[in-house]
Amino acid sequence: MNFQTILLQLSTGLLKTIELFILTLVLSLPLGLFVSFGRMSRLSLLRSISKIYISIMRGTPLMLQLIVIYFMPSHLFGIQISNAWRFPAVVLAFTLNYAAYFAEIYRAGIESMPVGQYEAAKVLGYSRVQTFIRIIFPQVVKRILPPVTNEMITLVKDTSLAMVISVVEMFTIAKQISAHETSIMPLMIAGVFYYIFNLLVANVMEQAEKKMHYFE
Amino acid sequence: MYLLELNQINKSFEELSVIKDISLKVKEGEVVSIIGPSGSGKSTLLRCATFLEDIDAGEIIYLGEKATKENQTTLHKNFGIVFQDFNLFPHFSVLQNVIDSLIHVEKISKKEAIERGLSLLEQFGLLDKKDVYPYQLSGGQKQRVSIARALALQPAILFFDEPTSALDPELTSEVLKVIKQLAFDRMTMIIVTHEMNFAKEVSDRIIFMEHGIIQEEGSPEDIFKSKNQRMKDFISL
Repeated sequence: MNFQTILLQLSTGLLKTIELFILTLVLSLPLGLFVSFGRMSRLSLLRSISKIYISIMRGTPLMLQLIVIYFMPSHLFGIQISNAWRFPAVVLAFTLNYAAYFAEIYRAGIESMPVGQYEAAKVLGYSRVQTFIRIIFPQVVKRILPPVTNEMITLVKDTSLAMVISVVEMFTIAKQISAHETSIMPLMIAGVFYYIFNLLVANVMEQAEKKMHYFE
Repeated sequence: MYLLELNQINKSFEELSVIKDISLKVKEGEVVSIIGPSGSGKSTLLRCATFLEDIDAGEIIYLGEKATKENQTTLHKNFGIVFQDFNLFPHFSVLQNVIDSLIHVEKISKKEAIERGLSLLEQFGLLDKKDVYPYQLSGGQKQRVSIARALALQPAILFFDEPTSALDPELTSEVLKVIKQLAFDRMTMIIVTHEMNFAKEVSDRIIFMEHGIIQEEGSPEDIFKSKNQRMKDFISL
């Protein structure tokens, strides 16, 4: 197999990787916010549930979570697992896992806000929802961008775990070609692809941070 | 009618009783200063009157309407607060800080809000700062913005919680000047302060608090001629 064919095949895999990355972010960032609300709730039941959720998601291997979610329909409901379930299962597992990490990042950001901001908003008549949306959240976003970037970069690399339930993303393809050609080269190329992907992610996030520099 | 009536307010934190049976009535146009040593309960009293702390017992009445859990949001419209450490919104420009609640809470048209905001900034000499962000301001400017922000909602009473305690003497005088002008314009104000001379100059009435109770109350002349030894010691500091 020549170099170009390898690149071409890896690129198709890369598209799947990007799709997984974007879907996970789009779903887990909002979900994480709601989990963090639960984690900070006044209702102790909600707080406990969120805490246990976060604890399990962070305390067990993502690879295991992938396998469990993939086989869940068959174990719980006896449904025959189809090929079409593979990708949604990966997206679901990644979303649930990353939401737990994002929840803790949101919580750190929200709890770091001075109480004076809430008091000023209250006196000016903002409702609780308005206070959060207009006053608190924009400041939280600025504070949590660096740890969120960390998670995003980890996510790019974690997408390779999709391989364990045979979702054909870049790493799966790299490994197949590598085995077929008995060469480590395809894996190295995949590594370069991941690296470039992450350079891009870091760059975009740096721009986002710069955009938030207008206030302190 | 009184703008504000506090009747036998009590407030404890855990076992510590901070406010003991305090009553206070404020008329329209009156400037009342609350002085006293740290820990005397003066800031807590202000925070109770403005619903930032729940009271354990007593009544808070704004313009004849007794505060309950339900009507606090409505009664909020009667007062504004200027905080010791400003509590400006850092992600809003100076003008946005002043007008955001007008637009999003009062639902006043943006055009009208901007007009009102700009005229307030002009009044406080901040017009050239309208587009900058709070971190670019001096402490005195920040405090003037926060006064403008509180006044934008046209409250009947303005509370000040040690408005100059975070400022150096030069910036302090700049803020006090603004408050004096408001007093001159007959704005009803309740001011918790450590600035004795300022309190003497600006107030119609001074309240000296210690250990959660009002020890002395009267016109600045009365207070500064008081025979109360504790009061004399405190003022002469």
